[in-house]
Amino acid sequence: MPMHIGEKEFTNRVDKGLGDDFMRGAVRSAQGRLQSNRAGAAEELGDWDQWRDLGQEIRSHTMENLDFYLQQLSEKVAERGGHVYFAETADDANQYVSEVIAKKNAKKIAKSKSMVTEEIALNDILEENGCEVVETDLGEYILQIDDNDPPSHIVAPALHKNKEQIRDVFKEKLGYTNTEKPEELTLFAREQLRKEFLSADVGITGCNFAVAESGSFALVTNEGNARMVSTLPKTQITVMGMERIVPTWEELDVLVSLLTRAAVGQKLTSYVTALTGPKDEDEVDGPEEFHLVIVDNGRSKMLGSEFQEALHCIRCAACINVCPVYRHVGGHAYGSIYPGPIGAVITPLLGGYDDYKELPYASSLCGACTEVCPVKIPLHEQLITHRRNIVEEEKKSGLAERLVMQGFSRVTRSSKLFNVATKMAPFLVTPFVEDGSIVKGPGPIKPWTNIRDLPVPQKERFRDWFKTREKGGTGHGQG
Amino acid sequence: MKVSLFITCLGDVFYVNAGKATVELLERFGCEVDFPETQTCCGQPAYNSGYRENTKAAAKNMITSFAHSEYVVSPSGSCAYMFHEYESMFEDDPVWQEKAIKLKEKTYELTQFLTEVLKIEDTGSEFHAKATYHTSCHMTRLLGVKEAPFKLLSHVKGLEMVDLPNRHDCCGFGGTFSIKMPAISEQMVDEKVEHIEETEAEILIGADGGCLMNIEGRIKRNNKPVKVMHIAEILNSRGEV
Ligand code: SF4
Repeated sequence: MPMHIGEKEFTNRVDKGLGDDFMRGAVRSAQGRLQSNRAGAAEELGDWDQWRDLGQEIRSHTMENLDFYLQQLSEKVAERGGHVYFAETADDANQYVSEVIAKKNAKKIAKSKSMVTEEIALNDILEENGCEVVETDLGEYILQIDDNDPPSHIVAPALHKNKEQIRDVFKEKLGYTNTEKPEELTLFAREQLRKEFLSADVGITGCNFAVAESGSFALVTNEGNARMVSTLPKTQITVMGMERIVPTWEELDVLVSLLTRAAVGQKLTSYVTALTGPKDEDEVDGPEEFHLVIVDNGRSKMLGSEFQEALHCIRCAACINVCPVYRHVGGHAYGSIYPGPIGAVITPLLGGYDDYKELPYASSLCGACTEVCPVKIPLHEQLITHRRNIVEEEKKSGLAERLVMQGFSRVTRSSKLFNVATKMAPFLVTPFVEDGSIVKGPGPIKPWTNIRDLPVPQKERFRDWFKTREKGGTGHGQG
Repeated sequence: MKVSLFITCLGDVFYVNAGKATVELLERFGCEVDFPETQTCCGQPAYNSGYRENTKAAAKNMITSFAHSEYVVSPSGSCAYMFHEYESMFEDDPVWQEKAIKLKEKTYELTQFLTEVLKIEDTGSEFHAKATYHTSCHMTRLLGVKEAPFKLLSHVKGLEMVDLPNRHDCCGFGGTFSIKMPAISEQMVDEKVEHIEETEAEILIGADGGCLMNIEGRIKRNNKPVKVMHIAEILNSRGEV
């Protein structure tokens, strides 16, 4: 279960999140900033909804023809002398990368940010093999030196830490002596990282989008570190989820615009690095050897399923940035490197319901995620679909809940029963009423009344009032 | 114009005054209101919890109850939206699916009906208070009714409307979410109540029974001095408070 992070139990993770005031403060302020940036940038682009339609179209066309585009991509990469490996599972991918590294006798690996390598836990394997892995994305680097604290966000992995905490990590682990000013922190980290780049034997990058027509890869970063990782070391390995692909440069343009604006509200997240396999003889920059690892790890099961649209995700994190549940519990509570709404959708698909069946319920279905998603994934609907699978296919919902729902079904299908039930309700709750409210409810009402008052069911229901009024012929408009 | 009222289960049992106000308001604008007595609940709690099969019976009952109606109007955005879900629920059953589409097409949330069908923005209402409005998620995001309540409220004489900070944030109700994930729901509703207090409004207005029950429940529990009212009660008011 490589995706997994933190404690085993969902409720423990949630409690931990809710109790962590530092984390919640950091998340709250970051969310506010990201949301308003996004709104501003979307406005600037013109008709945001039309752009989203276009994004959705591109993604859905690509998924419908994924075989074709993957084939085309592989051919293009091979034409330029690159090696392509299709990994069905996380283990396959890790093994392939390990073999390449072993053949090179490489000891030091520089990495740029990559969610898929987190997903397959590549670092763990490489370290087991005796390699030193250096994360060069600033956020990832902070987490790595903080004893591998797991990421809590897919774009800003260290979002749960504030600048004072980062200063303390640097101080404790690297002897940093300056202040918590972001510029000073960044400068310090850059100095540390520069040394690492120069001495790395192998560079590993992720990939935001692979361009099928040319066999190129686009990496979007805030720091330009991907460029260093992909040009300095002699051997370069790019690891991509099998769905991170676009047909041509034209579509790339649209999706990068959507990604950068939806993510942090920038026109371009500072740097878009394009790589095209190993360098030609007349080129100065670039690796001598290039490997592309395409990872399936459960994705092909989503193709053709009711969750195919989840593969449209371009990992912009806009859904995470607006999610009120994420704001309160933080990324670690999801127990997965993919948190927030998109995490609640894909984690159970990649990791199974046994370990992640609570995630689809960690949403009030408010739809804020669906509303912002730049490629229009109906995220909250997918959560309902998960719930339906858990209840109807997997039969994993609790007995008490099933009984309540069966009762609900019986009462709502029959107006007679509904009538009796709602007529009886005021009398049934009488023992629990205090000052015109229910404050300590029994059984299933308890979780409600632990927090809130519940109104008392009225003896004269609306339907009773309406009936009397009709009979009494009070006439229209006089109430 | 003939209008059938879809009162919703919460409206039938808890928020009777909002229902009365809805009827009176519609009648004031010339509607002939009927109440199909066989109506129960739209099935939302079961549907959103994943019990689609258990929801179908409720859906069929609602479709049948309103089969005769010209227009269906509901004082609750999320329940009106639930009628939109029936179409996909019966994807394997063309007969019921067709009926579901018919129901969807004639169903309106109250403020939507007033502004879109009756073309009314000024209801000639009067209500003296400082108030703020809670935008419910399903009504705004799914049903797409965003401006109607604000337009209507802006014409109410004596009503001073204050913007609710972060108004697009969910109040933490989410149907069964509120009892399945109570700790998270509590934080969400607390944040909402905090923002309401920041406005210094005396009244919180809303257009969805579920959200109102949640916010009001928390306000009462913590003895906050804010009154919660349904938008129909405000619009039906002629300054007689
Ligand atoms: S689901 Fe949509 S909003 Fe969320 S990360 Fe993916 S593309 Fe972005």
